[in-house]
This record gives sequence, C-alpha cells and structure tokens, in this order.
Amino acid sequence: MSKGLDARGLLALVTVWAVLLLAPYWLPPLGGYTALGTRVLVLALAAMSVNFLLGFTGVLSFGHAAYFGLGAYGAGLSLKFLTMSSPLSILFGMLLAGVAGGLLGALIVRRRGVYFAMVTIAFGQVFYYIAFQWSSLTGGDDGLRGFSRQPLDFGWFSIDILSNEIAFYYFVLFFFALVTAVMALILRSPFGRTMVAIRENERRARFLGIPVERHIWLAFTLSCFFIGVAGALYALTNNFADPRGLHYSQSGDFVMMAVMGGMRTFWGPLLGAAVFVILQDYLSSVTVNWMSFVGLLFVLVVLFFPRGLLGVIRQTSRA
Amino acid sequence: MTQLLLFNVTNGLIIGAFYVLMALGLSLILNLSNVINFAHGGFLVIGGYIAYTITPYVGFWGALLLAPLLTAVIGLAVERVLIRPLYGRDPLYSLLLTFGLAFIIEDGTRFIWGAQGKPVTIPEFLAQPLSYEFFFITGYRLFMVLTVVASVALLFGLLRYTRLGIRIRAGTLDLETVAALGINVGMLRSLNFAVGIFLAGLSGVLAAGQLGLEPTMGTGLLMPSFIAIIVGGVGSLPGTLFGGLLIGVASGVTAVFLPSASEAIMYVLMAVVLLIRPRGLFGEEGMMT
Repeated sequence: MSKGLDARGLLALVTVWAVLLLAPYWLPPLGGYTALGTRVLVLALAAMSVNFLLGFTGVLSFGHAAYFGLGAYGAGLSLKFLTMSSPLSILFGMLLAGVAGGLLGALIVRRRGVYFAMVTIAFGQVFYYIAFQWSSLTGGDDGLRGFSRQPLDFGWFSIDILSNEIAFYYFVLFFFALVTAVMALILRSPFGRTMVAIRENERRARFLGIPVERHIWLAFTLSCFFIGVAGALYALTNNFADPRGLHYSQSGDFVMMAVMGGMRTFWGPLLGAAVFVILQDYLSSVTVNWMSFVGLLFVLVVLFFPRGLLGVIRQTSRA
Repeated sequence: MTQLLLFNVTNGLIIGAFYVLMALGLSLILNLSNVINFAHGGFLVIGGYIAYTITPYVGFWGALLLAPLLTAVIGLAVERVLIRPLYGRDPLYSLLLTFGLAFIIEDGTRFIWGAQGKPVTIPEFLAQPLSYEFFFITGYRLFMVLTVVASVALLFGLLRYTRLGIRIRAGTLDLETVAALGINVGMLRSLNFAVGIFLAGLSGVLAAGQLGLEPTMGTGLLMPSFIAIIVGGVGSLPGTLFGGLLIGVASGVTAVFLPSASEAIMYVLMAVVLLIRPRGLFGEEGMMT
C-alpha cells in the first residue's frame, strides 16, 4: 500500500477481488455455502474498520462492537418504523454509529495507549446496557425482531436480495467494496499519511505541529462510520439485531480477526475474518469449547507471529 | 425507606469492597508492567474452583489461604512463559494475549469442573444473619469485608515497609532507573504479578462462598474493576481503593431509585470523571496518559 500500486500490489488487488467476486461459485464445491461468504464479508468489514484505527493510527479500540451494534439497531429500527429501503436503512445505521462515535470519541481521545483501550471498552458497554435494558425499543435480551431486508427496487426492475442468497452476497460485496475503497483513498491521502506518522512517532508528529488529538478523533469517527455500515449489513444478514453484538467480547473478536490476519496490512483483517468464521463454523460443530481453540490460536499468533498471517506470507514471499 | 437505603448502601459497600480486591490486583500489574490483564477474571475463577476442590481436605480456612497461593503459582508460571516475552513490545500485545488467555481459562475450567454451577460450603457460624433487624448482614458478608480490609492493609503495608514493596513502587514511577540500580526487574515483575494474581484468587474464594461457582463468573466482575481503576486514576492504588468503593455504593444507591440503571451508573460515573478530570480522581498527571 505504502508505495502506491506496484506490480505486486496490483496482483494482490486483482487476486483479492477475483476471489471475492467469484466466491458464490467456488465456495459450494469446497464444502462451504454462500451465506458463509456473506458472513466473512460483513465481519471482515468490521475488522477492517477496527484495523483502520489499530493498524494505521496505532490506537486500539476495544469497544467498537458498540458502534457495530448501533449500526445494526439503526438499520433494524429504520426498517421496522421508517423505510422499506434496504440501502436507506444502511445509511441510517451508519449515521447512528458515526455520530455516536464522533460524540464519544471527543472524550475518548483524551487518553492514550492501554488507557485508551480501557476507556473504549467502558463506553462501549454503556451501549450494551442501553440495548439490553431499553426493551420497549430494542427488544432487550431477546434482540430486535420484526424487520427484514427488502428487495432492491430500481423502478423498472427489482432484485430480490431477501430469498436469493447469491444476490444478497453481491449486495453485501457492493457495500464492502464501497467502504474499503473509501478507506483506501483516505489512507492514501495526506490525512492518511499523517495517521501513519502519528502511529510511528506521536511525539514527533506533535512537534511537527500536527494536531494529534484532532486527527485521532477524526480517524476514530471515520472508523465508527465504517463499522456502522458493517453492523447494518449484519442486521440485514440475520434480519435480527442482538444486544450481545454490542458486548466487548464482540469487540475482542474483531480485534482478534485484525491481529490474526495482520494488523499492519490493509487486507489482513479480511484473511483473519475468513479464518475466524471458518474455524467457528467447523469447530462449533465438533466441540462446545471451540472458543478456547480460537483463543489458543490467537495466543500463538500474538507470541510468535505478531505481524499476523498476511504479514508472515508477505515476509516469506519477499525473502 | 431508610432501611431500604441502608440495605443498599451496605450492599454497595460490600460489593465495592469486592471490586477493590479485584481492581487492586489489576492495578498492581498495570502500574508496574503496563499489562491490562484481561485474564484476571479467569484467575478469580481458578481461585474459586481450587478452593472448591481442596475444601474437603483442608477445610474452608485452609482453602482461604491455600487456594490464592496456588492461583498465584499458576499466575507466576503464566507470567514466565507467556507474558514475559512481550514486555519489550507494544503494551497492546500483552493485552491481546491475556484476552485470548481468558477464553482458554474459561473453557479450561468448564472442561475440568463442568459447566454446571458449584455450591461452596462455608462454615456454619458465618452463614447466619447477625440480627433480625439487619437481616442482610450475614456473618459471611461481614467476614468478606473484614478479609478485604485486612488484605488491603497487608498490601499497603507490604508496599510501604518491605524492600519488595518499595521496589515495586519505585518501578511504577521509573522502571529504567530501578533497573540501572542493579535490581532484577524481571524478578520484580514476576513477584508483583504473583501478588496481583494472589488477590484475584482470594477474590475468587470469597466470591465462591457468596455466589457459588460458574466458569463465566470472572467476566462479569472484570469490567467494574476496570472502571474502579479509571475513576480512581491509573497509577494510584488509593485511587483504585476509593474508586471501587465509590462505584459499589453508587450502584447500590441507584438500585433503590432506578433498578434498571444500577449497572449503567458506573459507566456514567466514569464518563463524568473523564470529562472533568481525565486523569482520574487520584491520578497523577503524566501517568500513562
């Protein structure tokens, strides 16, 4: 990413998109199913949003599930009460998550390091309790039900994303592409370079006259908008929003995906999410203690491959 | 009404005392080694289950002392093998590692002891309420508070008067200088970690007697401990002590007037503190900002 698009970068980009675009065709023969691909895309988008902060600004948010959940509830509630349009509901979800993130971010960016992580968790839990307690609006412990994604209506033709799994996969892929394109553009912009500068040496960035707090706040807010889209897509995927989607253990899952895949890389979290979802899908059918296997894998990655899977692949291919 | 309020304030103090025990252990480790120990709740659970297992052999009082010690030994091993390699790296890595470890511990306890809750028997005379009027103050609750007070006093004494304690405090302020003075910083961190885990184990034994045992019980107690630290101020143990009691009482009092918000009030309190005094009530400026 850093040197613009060289041949290797272009090859990687083409590979990623070819794999994603053709997923409904190669997944079933390999024993997967299209809905699994959809799940990977949605969770990958969430993990990439977390990594937008962690990998490129160098601050760890351990409470991003809150904004993921806000996106989900925003989409669900708007479909239930306001609109019959699936894309509009995604917009609502994104706005709810982004605005909440922007407001709280102003408080959160006052801290740094492990303290930042603790504060993000604690604020995230506030939303978890709100979703849990405000039963009349959110359905409380049972989650938000009574809405479903709607077919896309373009006037002269419509696409049925409700019952057609493959159409819905491409619907999700479209938003995935949109958001990741925005992310990539931001990371290439002077603002994106400044984010990396803050990650590498915050004090030096400060001496250069960069308003560090404002940049981190902006990066935080942007990533909340991004993860809001992921959350909205998640609600559309399940036709359901769950308070547990706001819990900090969900944030932990996103962080795990980002770190397992490789947090200094743009596409690492996608790989991490794929590994996570496939492991979950396979292990949970074999054992109830599947989380400890994921935990073990994660501990090993942290200890021995801090660059994550993609980081290792990249290193060996260069050597 | 007065009795109800008194009931809830007392309740809050007891729960707060409990948070304090958890949070002090977390705080010790965080201050010296810059590790947010996500597995702290896991060590609490280990302490509780060890107590459950050894009580038939050594009795409640033996378990009260032995279980935290054994937990601390396990903690020591974990620190040596898993956490020590990460000290040189970004503190985020140790946070991530303990997060993964928490899953392993939770499933591990479920594997060994089963998912079903386990009751823990406490001595007969502790189970009785002290008086009819104040039925909610059982002997065991009083005993819990006294144990917490005693261990906090011991901890502060240790930090104030012993060579180890003085080194831990010095290391919290400036680890590099402590290392330059020829003190084995690796050993210091290990011992400090073990003390923190001992407190987690002790919390586990106490919680087991009050609530019974479940593999997931540690997770729910972790977050209030975080808040206690943030409210009190990172780097200040008296702050953690005060923060724990404060959020305990606050959630107890809120339970009287608005039961559904009794958990959320802690977070509100934390937000207010962060707004007005970002370093925490007792925190020093420049301590891990």
